[in-house]
Amino acid sequence: MNILVCISNVPDTTVRIKLADNGATIDNTGIQWIINPWDELALTRALELRDDPSSGVKQVSVAHVGLVGAEPTIRKALAIGADNAYRVNCDPADAFQTAACLASIVKNASFDLILCGIESSDYNGSNVGGMLAEMLDWVSVSGVSFLKVENGSITVNREIDGGRETLQVQSPCVCVVQKGIAKEPRIAAMRGIMQARTKTIAVSEWNGAESLTTVASYQPPKARPSCKFFDADSPEKLLEALQNEAKVI
Amino acid sequence: MAVLIYAENWEGKFKKLTFELASYGAQLASMIQTQLVAVSIGEVADEELLKLGNYGVSKVISLNHPQLQSFDSRQITRAIAQVAEQVEASALVLSANNSGKALAPRLAVRLKAGIASGVNQLPTSISPFVVSKKVFSGGAFASLTINTTVKILTLLQNSMELKEQIVSCTIERFEPTLDGGLTSPKVLESHKHAGKILLSDAEIVVSGGRGMKSADNWAPLLELAELLNAATACSRPISDEGWRPHDEHTGQTGKIIAPNLYIAIGISGATQHIAGVSSSKCIVAINNDKSAPIFESAQYGIVGDAAKVLPKLIDALKVIKNK
Repeated sequence: MNILVCISNVPDTTVRIKLADNGATIDNTGIQWIINPWDELALTRALELRDDPSSGVKQVSVAHVGLVGAEPTIRKALAIGADNAYRVNCDPADAFQTAACLASIVKNASFDLILCGIESSDYNGSNVGGMLAEMLDWVSVSGVSFLKVENGSITVNREIDGGRETLQVQSPCVCVVQKGIAKEPRIAAMRGIMQARTKTIAVSEWNGAESLTTVASYQPPKARPSCKFFDADSPEKLLEALQNEAKVI
Repeated sequence: MAVLIYAENWEGKFKKLTFELASYGAQLASMIQTQLVAVSIGEVADEELLKLGNYGVSKVISLNHPQLQSFDSRQITRAIAQVAEQVEASALVLSANNSGKALAPRLAVRLKAGIASGVNQLPTSISPFVVSKKVFSGGAFASLTINTTVKILTLLQNSMELKEQIVSCTIERFEPTLDGGLTSPKVLESHKHAGKILLSDAEIVVSGGRGMKSADNWAPLLELAELLNAATACSRPISDEGWRPHDEHTGQTGKIIAPNLYIAIGISGATQHIAGVSSSKCIVAINNDKSAPIFESAQYGIVGDAAKVLPKLIDALKVIKNK
């Protein structure tokens, strides 16, 4: 079984986003780029499975849609342990374009299982995995919080409103994974970093896939009014404010 | 032409979020001067379906097909897409919950529709179709233009006021054409958290962090939640330590919620935590460190130790409730 993990290159989640050109774009200066946290957890789980002989997982690849500037992030995924990588040379405008580029990689290779993080921490869309599955006409399972592969047979837990289901899924399929899929992201060791230098990143050119949406402009979040403090000994004043001012209780 | 909403049901019943969706759909339909249609899948009594008519839905298309009984997003997508084509939907609105997130992207491909996910307000313009959405986990907002004829939106839970608008509502049955040869995922086991207020549904959430000091100190927090009819949540270190279950973890990598009132007790307010709760209408912070970043996001605050403030707050709340 071969697993493909789709990775997005996102600003470090602790940075404060600054806008540029009157909100036309995001100011990229000084931003440190990382593997999208959910994709990193997906990759960690895929590698755990590959390293377990009973899973039947032979190879873990990563794929990214983006320009050459994202290669350090792809190298990081290789250093963590992915066997090889794919990159489509396209600066995608939306999830549809990203998914269409990823589909072109999948159609020219043989993957049994594709993992995508539940969302990217930049556009918070939660769309690429489902779109990719529909483009490939594969089964997709969203909200996956646990993934087991035994001799090529896939079992997952899916979070549903108010509960959880355990499912048996046939490959090929796309799993959109979330919290729980792996405990801590795997960290690259020195040996992995050295090995990553010789692993291949197969680059393909943009296949002409279009985007369906465009960002017209960005706005900063609305400034919140400053906090009104109440004395710790008179919490009834707080409750009064919640009742009469905020009207939330 | 129509605006189509996916009216999800839970064991044959709609929830508040279904009516939030209808309220949003009705306003969108009036903006683009068309009717509001709902699609319902599974066994739902007519009486329940007709409740949608109280929120502006003029037609409910009801599907009940054996192949749609388990949640297979591939099959359900086909069924909803066929309904969308039949009613010539120009916009399709789903909830940004688990099932909406699973279906919307597949529908977007099937219907060649641009998608705006996790919106919490109506579009600012119809032609071009521009709608605002949160990006960078609340670090900014983007005005997104959808350039396709059919538009898909997913609506954040608890972001829309219910707006009653009684219209005459009809029910229509629909038989989807499904591919019998497709294999759906097989459900081996199913767990439901019975009797608990779901974090995603709750209007009030009481949440604890490291400032609670120990798992044994949770009783007053639970009491406060019960008095307020609130759901309980926690910050990441708390679920990592096993003090509270993982499904209570609220924050960027956990649950992202938008209640009317979020009470953060002993939570310092790291960027990743705020990312999960920043859409709350009102945030109250109780923390012993006056310089904790949570107070930057909070509307109201008390500087004090959770163990000392909570009992007083509970007593004060009981006084109000007994009035």
